[in-house]
Amino acid sequence: MTGEMVAFWGLAVLLVGSALAVVLSKNLFHAVLWLALALTGTAGVFLLLEAEFIAWVQLLLYAGGIVTIVVFAIVVTERLVGERISQTSRRIAGGAIVAGALLASILSAILEQPLAAARPALPAELTRDLGEAVLTRFVMPFELLALLMLAALMSAIYFARPDD
Amino acid sequence: MALAAVVFCIGLFGVVTRRNTIGILLGIELMLNAVNINLVAFARFGADVTGMVFTMFTICITVAEAALGLAIVILLFRVRRTVMADHLDLLKG
Repeated sequence: MTGEMVAFWGLAVLLVGSALAVVLSKNLFHAVLWLALALTGTAGVFLLLEAEFIAWVQLLLYAGGIVTIVVFAIVVTERLVGERISQTSRRIAGGAIVAGALLASILSAILEQPLAAARPALPAELTRDLGEAVLTRFVMPFELLALLMLAALMSAIYFARPDD
Repeated sequence: MALAAVVFCIGLFGVVTRRNTIGILLGIELMLNAVNINLVAFARFGADVTGMVFTMFTICITVAEAALGLAIVILLFRVRRTVMADHLDLLKG
């Protein structure tokens, strides 16, 4: 076991544990905090895969942005309703069966095709290549993404407008 | 790969079983996250930046989706005074 393997398994256990806590914890607020841990763990996995830029984007946008938004939404809805939102789950057995069946089928498909363990060398300046790819080959999706962002921003503002 | 599959299925479990709409959104976040892990892993083992570019796109789209989803939740809450998915039966004939 190299140090990298140890780090990977530690991160994997952290990720799976916190993901389970997200879907199982009774307190919605705790679930969001577990989600933050899961997202940070994912950033760690990205770092292990030598995708530093993606890891930082993940930390900034996900762990920073989404968690803040979700906490904000919970606080707003809790204050309006005037009581703590505890969450209950329904049909746990059915959900577990569906998720377990899907997991089994995906895992069997993965195990049939073992991955090459060798890691080809990455280009030296990965972030630079990434930026070049975004602005040359993928410039069209990039611009569409900007449009999507604008639409999301405007519709969120529209939804949140004060009653008149 | 297997790690991503496990996280994806946990997220699916969350989506299917949660009654709270915010909880369902959290499950969706988990599923998208698992997909991102897969994309980055493929990019790494294929030595191609395309997967990472796609990961950036999915991250951005997820942020937009989360912001919009929560805006809808808040709006819904104002109209119906509830965030429980079971109570949202406006379309019932």
